[in-house]
Amino acid sequence: MTAGTASLDQLTDWLSRFRDLVTEQQSYLTELDSAIGDADHGSNMTRGMNAVMEKIGAGGAGAVDELFKSVGMTLVTSVGGASGPLYGTFFLRIGMTAGAATALDGTALSAAMRAGLEGVVARGKAEAGDKTMFDAMAPALDAFDASLAAGDDLAAASSAAFTAAVAGRDATEPLTARKGRASYLGERSAGHLDPGATSTALLFEALAGALAKG
Amino acid sequence: MKKLINAPEAVLADALNGVAAAHPELKVDHVNRIIYRGTPTRKGKVALISGGGSGHEPLHGGFVGLGMLDAACAGEVFTSPTPDQMQEATKVADSGAGVLHIVKNYTGDVMNFEMAAEMAEAETGVKVASVVTNDDVAVEDSTWTAGRRGVGVTVLLEKIVGAAAEEGRDLAAVTDLATRVNAAGRSMGMALTSCTVPSAGKPTFEIPDDMMEIGVGIHGEPGRHRVPLAGAASIAQQLVEPILADLDFTKGPVIAMLNGMGGTPLIELYLMYGEVAKLLEKAGVKIARNLVGNYITSLDMAGCSVTLLKADDEFLKLWDAPVNTAGLRWGI
Repeated sequence: MTAGTASLDQLTDWLSRFRDLVTEQQSYLTELDSAIGDADHGSNMTRGMNAVMEKIGAGGAGAVDELFKSVGMTLVTSVGGASGPLYGTFFLRIGMTAGAATALDGTALSAAMRAGLEGVVARGKAEAGDKTMFDAMAPALDAFDASLAAGDDLAAASSAAFTAAVAGRDATEPLTARKGRASYLGERSAGHLDPGATSTALLFEALAGALAKG
Repeated sequence: MKKLINAPEAVLADALNGVAAAHPELKVDHVNRIIYRGTPTRKGKVALISGGGSGHEPLHGGFVGLGMLDAACAGEVFTSPTPDQMQEATKVADSGAGVLHIVKNYTGDVMNFEMAAEMAEAETGVKVASVVTNDDVAVEDSTWTAGRRGVGVTVLLEKIVGAAAEEGRDLAAVTDLATRVNAAGRSMGMALTSCTVPSAGKPTFEIPDDMMEIGVGIHGEPGRHRVPLAGAASIAQQLVEPILADLDFTKGPVIAMLNGMGGTPLIELYLMYGEVAKLLEKAGVKIARNLVGNYITSLDMAGCSVTLLKADDEFLKLWDAPVNTAGLRWGI
């Protein structure tokens, strides 16, 4: 399998692109959150990812585990709300699973992101169809794995993950929320995209951008 | 957006400066955004800590002081504080007798407080117990959802349990009491308008002049139902009925709170309290104590909520005990 690897620089670029995307989409994320939540998702994600880039922009992370543990802790301690612990846990688990590598091949990156998803589930107790970030993240990881298994390289696999995350995001629109603040609206939460699934689609858009070929 | 602020991103820091200036009897940690009592927790007294998103003032910072909380952690507007803030408050406020975390049932608050308790116990060995309030009858309770929201009962609980901690009850007894208070209370809220989160810059939702939201929480979010605006008597009925349908309040005295959401004048809150009191009397509910005013708010949202708490002699005695905080003060 010539899937290639994701270097430390590319993984850092993933985070930087994610910061740029949530900053660009800040008003949109907050607008989605206004419809079914409490109007702070855009500002929270922007504040968190800016803190992350400030922290890791100073450099110093010599290995993947160090990088992502620092990212996770920064999110947990700077964001608050539900997205702080959830995105924070996602990156913390990536760091814990990846170990002291300086690059990840497809299998290792997949295993790390799977561990991240398991952490999100353990923290948020969400299941498929609850109208949460899970609904974008789980199909994205499935598509990533399927693409790798078919012999694709990392660029193709991450692009497949992005496509699946977008489809998962769009599929949250008709759902009635069963977790998070939107669940308090009951059936009135239907007909709106989930803000968390929307920012998760940006996470995979950032990954696809960072791992795209040259 | 017209607000008395310098910049949307500086609201919390600037407000904490104001709290420090107004209340020299409190200690404000501006870095960690924690409000403490001015004097350390008395040796052997269980420390009570709460916290949550800002925008609900006087909750929680306004309830720090003798007879209520030992510390309150302030998050960004409507965003729960972070685990490191709560961990710091837990470490500082502990006198060796342990710490009770009072958490409103919102996904973010619960997750952040859970992480804080794990971190505090792992790092410092402080004994941490927690109670999660969930008194909002607007939300159907189910194991498949995030469950009922924690709203008005949180205020009454902080007062009653705070008095018990001053008496010197241990962590297990204080936690047990907190659980009983939460189980004995129910709330229901409504909104005439939404509110404007400073960082969002515009109202969270638009609502026509002839409509209102029934079953709102405290974050400017829409409620369970949008219905035609009605007179105060009818609104009182729409709030009281679901509460009485959920729990029997006729067996003994109750503490009743008519709470403003932040943007409704006191004259209307008293008017509403009158309507609520009439309905309760008709239903055979005996109000032993009451609170009317803005205690757990939603920025500039117009509207109100009703909270009822079944109160036995123990609860009433603790309710009447001295309290000296910015938000509640009597018996001093």
